[in-house]
Amino acid sequence: MPTNGKPESKMEIPGGLWLRCDSCGEILYRKTLEQNLFICSRCSYHFRISAKKYIEIVLDPNSFEEYDQNLVAGNPLEFPNYADKFGEAQKKTGYQEGFIYGRGMVNKQPIIFGVMDFAFMGGSMGSVVGEKVARSIRKARFEKIPLIIFATSGGARMQEGIFSLMQMAKTSAELALLAQDQIPYIVIVTNPTMAGVMASYASLGDIIISEPKALLGFAGARVIEGTIGEKLPDGFQTAEFLQKHGFIDVVVPRKFLKQTLSNIIEITWSKNRQAEEKLDASAYEVQ
Amino acid sequence: MPGNYLDFERPIQEVQKKIDELTSIPGYESEINKLKVQIEKLKTKIYSDLTPWQKVLLARHPNRPYTLDYIDLITGEFVELAGDRAFGDDKAIVGGLAKININEEKSLSLVIIGTQKGRETKEKILRNFGMPHPEGYRKALRLMKMAEKFNLPIVTLVDTPGAYPGVGAEERGQAEAIARNLREMAVLKVPIVVIITGEGGSGGALALAVGNRVLMMEYAVYSVISPEGCASILWRDSEKAEQAAAALKITSKDLHQFGIIDEIIPEPLGGAHQDPKLAAQYIKQAIFKSLGELKSMTSDELIEQRIEKFQSFGIFSNQ
Repeated sequence: MPTNGKPESKMEIPGGLWLRCDSCGEILYRKTLEQNLFICSRCSYHFRISAKKYIEIVLDPNSFEEYDQNLVAGNPLEFPNYADKFGEAQKKTGYQEGFIYGRGMVNKQPIIFGVMDFAFMGGSMGSVVGEKVARSIRKARFEKIPLIIFATSGGARMQEGIFSLMQMAKTSAELALLAQDQIPYIVIVTNPTMAGVMASYASLGDIIISEPKALLGFAGARVIEGTIGEKLPDGFQTAEFLQKHGFIDVVVPRKFLKQTLSNIIEITWSKNRQAEEKLDASAYEVQ
Repeated sequence: MPGNYLDFERPIQEVQKKIDELTSIPGYESEINKLKVQIEKLKTKIYSDLTPWQKVLLARHPNRPYTLDYIDLITGEFVELAGDRAFGDDKAIVGGLAKININEEKSLSLVIIGTQKGRETKEKILRNFGMPHPEGYRKALRLMKMAEKFNLPIVTLVDTPGAYPGVGAEERGQAEAIARNLREMAVLKVPIVVIITGEGGSGGALALAVGNRVLMMEYAVYSVISPEGCASILWRDSEKAEQAAAALKITSKDLHQFGIIDEIIPEPLGGAHQDPKLAAQYIKQAIFKSLGELKSMTSDELIEQRIEKFQSFGIFSNQ
């Protein structure tokens, strides 16, 4: 269920010393923007950033140990031009595939951390993305530590046909097992997360966080407009729209993501563990 | 029904026309019999060598039997149940408690759920062209949980262009509804048999298709995206749908070779609509066979088998 549309190239961060905010048009100095986690200092627009950048922002320095980095897709349908597009994406991003995962720490709390990169074929989910997401879930279950996934995707990777579709069921089934073991799963949906990814693991977090104004939904805007025959209102399918309709827990600016995640892990998991060891009733006595 | 011949069926239509003409005139019996032999040969030839796109057209054939047609033909009793207990009742998904007669004394109790298309304009609109809203998926899940509660096997019949892309659907969480079904179906304690009867339209179909057994009718198709959608995204040209249908590998034969589906249910010559009763008979046999195979499994084994099946899907290598 890919969305009807290619990523717009203007959304990606161009090189050069100065660049223009896509939202308000402000001219921004690249260095300052970088220090500000690629958030526009004038309008708070969140630029799209890479998987590596999220690892830097969220995880404790040098705490990330990547797993399964060498899984690569096949071309089961022998789909025209797929091999070329795939090779280009690898060259462009330096990754083997569009999802990276491993073990890391958030304020010294161990977690399994996975992150998608939109620059890799629009964050599309094929066999490898699905398999690695599934493995990250399994890892969290076996190691009994929380799972954090950053999602961004245009949807399923149609070049892998039915195999891509099946990844939705594969990842969701793994999450059913994780839920049975009562291990926290926190998902952060970033701009954009659509279609097959939104309709599987991105919608199944115990807690679902979004960056401000991220585009989120099932069907692409152009497909909906084509169906209903009219323009969609401003703000349709934004993070704030989904929150209003009850599908996002909290919209968190990028700057506060790490602290928010740390709090959630501590309350749902770390404190829980300590409490199990010894519940001291006297701690609740009023002095 | 002259309007319902597909383009590639024209040669059959021509011969049929001749037969119809001659039938009204006495004295042409031997001529008619010759034409009847000819038409059977023609049908066998045409239908044994269909292109993927021609199968798409058959899967979407306006006379193709829909879920309620099959329920009518298969079950002895059917109590349709409505509503998701939260928002409303989606007529694009039907479901309920059913009894299928095995023989004169014995019958099988189960829950049947399926997507439902409409045949005339009014009913097409009522059924939203077989495209469910979130409340449809939530109704389906409610009925599946009920099946689990009362230890009844579940059969789903899937024939949908996809989940509905609309404003209300987005507002009410189409993505969440589908995702939840995928997760919950994985761990249901009762046997689930899925039959793709017509169009298996992407996530909107998959949301009813996480089964212990996944079967497909011979001319059904099952795909991550419609051929038109694929063509318009990849080649900016929805006219290339025919090409996309071939590239996407969406026929029952392809998916059986990939190991994605367990079995192909044969169809009457020319498609299920040529003989809905016979098609329903094949479906009934397939349901008995699949449920028979799953009968001895415990609920833990059913869950394990279902999850392992979907875990195994994917083509990749470690370099």
